Amino acid sequence: MSRDTLGAGWGAKLRRAAAALLVALSAGCATPNGDPRDPIEGFNRAMFSFNEAFDQAIGKPVATAYREVIPGPVRTWVRNFFSNIADLFIGVNNLLQGKPADALSDWARFAFNTTIGLFGINDVASDMGFEKHDEDFGQTFGRWGVPDGAYIVWPFLGSSTVRDTVGLVFDIGLDPVWRHEPRDPRRFMLVLRAVGRRADLLDASRILEEAALDKYVFQRDAYLQRRRSLIHDGNPPRAERPEAPRAERADLPHAGAALEERPGAEEARRDLSRAGALLEEPAAAPQSHAEPFVGSAPAGAPRGG
Amino acid sequence: MQSLARAAAAFAACLALAATARAQDLVPPDVLVKNVTLEVVDIVKKDKDIQAGDRRKVIDLIQTKVLPHFNFEAMTASAVGRHWAKATPEQRARLVEEFRTLLVRTYASSIAAYRDQKFDFRPLRAKPTDTDVTVTVRILQSGAEPIQLEYDMEKRPGGWKVWDVRIAGISLVANYRTEFDNAVRNGGIDGLIKALQAKNTAIERGPTTAERKS
Repeated sequence: MSRDTLGAGWGAKLRRAAAALLVALSAGCATPNGDPRDPIEGFNRAMFSFNEAFDQAIGKPVATAYREVIPGPVRTWVRNFFSNIADLFIGVNNLLQGKPADALSDWARFAFNTTIGLFGINDVASDMGFEKHDEDFGQTFGRWGVPDGAYIVWPFLGSSTVRDTVGLVFDIGLDPVWRHEPRDPRRFMLVLRAVGRRADLLDASRILEEAALDKYVFQRDAYLQRRRSLIHDGNPPRAERPEAPRAERADLPHAGAALEERPGAEEARRDLSRAGALLEEPAAAPQSHAEPFVGSAPAGAPRGG
Repeated sequence: MQSLARAAAAFAACLALAATARAQDLVPPDVLVKNVTLEVVDIVKKDKDIQAGDRRKVIDLIQTKVLPHFNFEAMTASAVGRHWAKATPEQRARLVEEFRTLLVRTYASSIAAYRDQKFDFRPLRAKPTDTDVTVTVRILQSGAEPIQLEYDMEKRPGGWKVWDVRIAGISLVANYRTEFDNAVRNGGIDGLIKALQAKNTAIERGPTTAERKS
């Protein structure tokens, strides 16, 4: 793979991505599926296609090269270094969420890892029993009762919601890496962190590629489920879980045939649609994406119309 | 005389089946998850072919060790949701088959991505009389919060069976529900079957095919 052909490939892909973006934007914010959680689906799908194209052209190749060139232990140091910096505000968020014990644990992590762990490159605190947490301002607002709001896909940043976007403004505004001076080391660190994160997701993104019929929908639903789980620290209230009612769970092979006669079936279906992704029977709008969504094909961008 | 002997043999076979069913019943769900997980990980660690990326062997491993503990009818019915009632028995069988193939393939990829992580098997929080429990396993990794795997399991005549898996809080069944619903509204149940088939064929051809298309 010579550098020239690589560069040309990127240029072409980016141009295609930009074209897809323009077409989709001019098509307006259609809502192909009428999902109430995703009122700007047309815009989001355009952003998603743009992000996919960017990832195919730059994100994934750079992350793959990083994983191939940099030895595993060094990548772990890089991951730990940034993870350690993040622990400061993870602690702040835990405090804001009324979990002082977790906050103290996060700051203890920072103290031990920064000193004994040599500027955070070794995660000695985990071995000492201080568990790593995952908190941010979006989760804190969620904990305070702020609802998700509409689903939004941002260029480069990916999946978010109105609430999580406001959270992100705080996350980035207070992020020690973003605030670092002078500018050159800051840029280096931001790029290194982004590449490292993408490299950590290489396996996961390949699995997602295989698992999803429509990658956009799969990713959106996974994001919303994940955030809900995170806000409740892995234990979301049971009542609202996507619990399959007994009648839907086909007691024996082919016993599902008896479903219609069962008295609880209608109620069960109602439960399902309440708990599941589909909130209400939306007006059946024409869709154009039933075909399996493959990779970044920008042709898939303009939808609904 | 011969028919009597045959009847006796059949009876003995029935008894043996009942005995195994009861024996399986005795394996508590959390112990079952732990045993199967450790067994599979152990085989993956020792098998050179699997480490070299032999997909067929991974799929074989899943089919013999993991699949018997999953209730795919229940998973498919739940993912198809309200459309399940409209499907004919043949359509249901096809849906279960295709969905199972998709999940096995995806699962094979996750096993191939396994890198020596450690497992933390959480104590089961359930009463002995419960027939519907959640077994939690956490995958520990350096510098990152643990990944939580939750298996929703139901007590059934043949033992405890998994009917949903939540990975980091993301329910597999719930995550397919919107996709399946869109596919059904677009092309009916048969449209969904076709979409699943196409997806499975695409994976069969290898993950690079999708990339080359772009």
